[in-house]
Amino acid sequence: MQKTTLVKFLAALLVTALAVPALAADTIKLGVAGAHSGDLAAYGLPTKDAAEMVVAEINAKGGINGKKVELMIVDDQCKPEIATNVATKLVSEGVNIVIGHICSGATKAAIGIYKGAKIIAISPSATNPPLTKSGEYANFYRTIAADDDQALLAAAFATDTLKAKKIAILHDKGDYGKGFADFAKAAIEQGGKAKVVMYEGIQPGAMDYSAVIQKLRNEGADLLIFGGYHPEASKLLSLMNKKKIKVPFIGPDGLKGDGFLKIAGKDAEGVYATGPKDVSKLPLNTKAHADYKAKYGKEPGTFFDQAMAATVAALNAVKVAGGTDYDALTRALKTSLVDTTIGKIKFDAKGDAEGVGFSVYQVKNGAFVEVK
Amino acid sequence: MDFQYLFELLCGGIVKGSIYALIALGYTMVYGIIQLINFAHGEVYMIGAFVAFIVAGVMTLSGYSGLTVLLLAAVVAVIYSAAYGYTLEKIAYRPLRNAPRLSPLISAIGASIFLMNYVQLAQTPDFLPFPELVPEFEFMAPIERYLSSADLVILIVTTLTMAALTVLIKYTRIGKAMRATQQDLVMARLVGINVDRVISATFIIGSVLAAIAGVLIASRTGQINAAIGFVAGIKAFTAAVLGGIGNVPGAVLGGLVLGIAETLGAGYISSAYEDVFAFALLVLILILRPAGLLGKAVKQKV
Repeated sequence: MQKTTLVKFLAALLVTALAVPALAADTIKLGVAGAHSGDLAAYGLPTKDAAEMVVAEINAKGGINGKKVELMIVDDQCKPEIATNVATKLVSEGVNIVIGHICSGATKAAIGIYKGAKIIAISPSATNPPLTKSGEYANFYRTIAADDDQALLAAAFATDTLKAKKIAILHDKGDYGKGFADFAKAAIEQGGKAKVVMYEGIQPGAMDYSAVIQKLRNEGADLLIFGGYHPEASKLLSLMNKKKIKVPFIGPDGLKGDGFLKIAGKDAEGVYATGPKDVSKLPLNTKAHADYKAKYGKEPGTFFDQAMAATVAALNAVKVAGGTDYDALTRALKTSLVDTTIGKIKFDAKGDAEGVGFSVYQVKNGAFVEVK
Repeated sequence: MDFQYLFELLCGGIVKGSIYALIALGYTMVYGIIQLINFAHGEVYMIGAFVAFIVAGVMTLSGYSGLTVLLLAAVVAVIYSAAYGYTLEKIAYRPLRNAPRLSPLISAIGASIFLMNYVQLAQTPDFLPFPELVPEFEFMAPIERYLSSADLVILIVTTLTMAALTVLIKYTRIGKAMRATQQDLVMARLVGINVDRVISATFIIGSVLAAIAGVLIASRTGQINAAIGFVAGIKAFTAAVLGGIGNVPGAVLGGLVLGIAETLGAGYISSAYEDVFAFALLVLILILRPAGLLGKAVKQKV
């Protein structure tokens, strides 16, 4: 009896001893999780740099609400099994908010652990659609567009802006092209504003696509969405022009480049392609890049812009919420508009950053111009 | 049944098939004479397209246009490719003439890979825009649905080329020598035919046809790169086997059957399975007629 009480007492003491430093800490603990070593380090390191830059600037100005920001940097090598370990480590050390993870697989593995501990994570790079769209992880946010976003945009543009009724969808049977085509098809069918009259794969590198083009005309399609890369797209366009089939053509960001313009030549005129929004002219973006170059002597790497934005958004939320309470942070992220390297953002109900991602471009006089 | 659609597809299939046939002729002629599958033939086709691209580029800059450019580009491409075909035979196949049959086959695969990589390094691995050299004929406007102007040029050129080839094989001295060499190489040599020269001529003729096909198809699809020879080569080889390898009319028939089968399959079922139709047809025909459509079963002499 006495022994049990003693054990209980000791246990209670131990718990308090552990809990007290976390509660009493006068720093805001910002976790940064991602691949900092291994094959995929190039994707993770720019995020670490971005977080360090933002935090150094904020701490130099006296921190947030009088508290300094403390970085807790952990390396998951983009491996799910390591991601769960580092996530557990962050949680046990009392992290307040996490920037990361980098890879979708690692993020998926770690996000449940943060959810259980009521900790918010903002990823600059995990593009797997269900992470936000399944609604399963209310604590997950991201500053990059999901994989299916450009297909959804293409579908919406086809049915709402171009008012197409009978849409043909072709793809090159590859992961990238077919993925785009599948998402677009699902979105059009779900929208119910137009019918998908044709959905087919074509053989990349084939000499001739006349049959499929003839079929497109036979089905009476009034718009073509193509998932794939520029060689097939320009071949299709060239043959369509020879057969005098003039329907709007929408492609993914694989087309939005000089390669397509060069090969398709005058056939490219009028073609639509979705592509990432151009953020390089935003003042904050220009400044961040200049600062980075001054510090490291090179251009920042992949996901740097998104990571800057994620860190700024996270710390802004802490400021607005006046602390690190989960509910207050959630409210702040979803309501408070913050100016970042990728534009003025806040997050939607599911955790995707609003106004981030893709625009529709059209070829006019041999160059891609954003369609407003 | 929608006959207009069927007719559109048939026209497309014939155009595609005649290109296959043009390339397949090169395979079948070489095989007929020295029983070698010249895997580098697709690369000769690609080189023809590249040479035409360069010539057309230079000429367009100098202010010429349309059919003149096409004609001159084709002539230069033909000469260039013929030289390649001739050299290829001298370097890669002649030293192996009496080696076991597998050796020249490996040499052919090596030559194919070499030429593809050579063009990739010397030119570019990227796709290049091939100028549209066939102007739009006004008189084609009413039937554009079925045949575009480029398609018409392809049909005319292939028909003429094949007719010329038939005359060459049937009525000329070299044609007669080729047929004799095909029947029996040793015997032909015994009766005084310069077999080496006949074989060289065969490679030159095959390369000429491939170069013509290269120029035609490149100006229709509007793009080329160093790898286009591979797909074209595989398809044309299939056509040659389908028609009976070694048999000249067979290559033409095989090309047309293949082109039409692919187009109908893509048009009525799904283009995702275009290649599946092509090769399923090949398997089927080879089961029913192992020597191909027009091939004669070779009696093994014991």
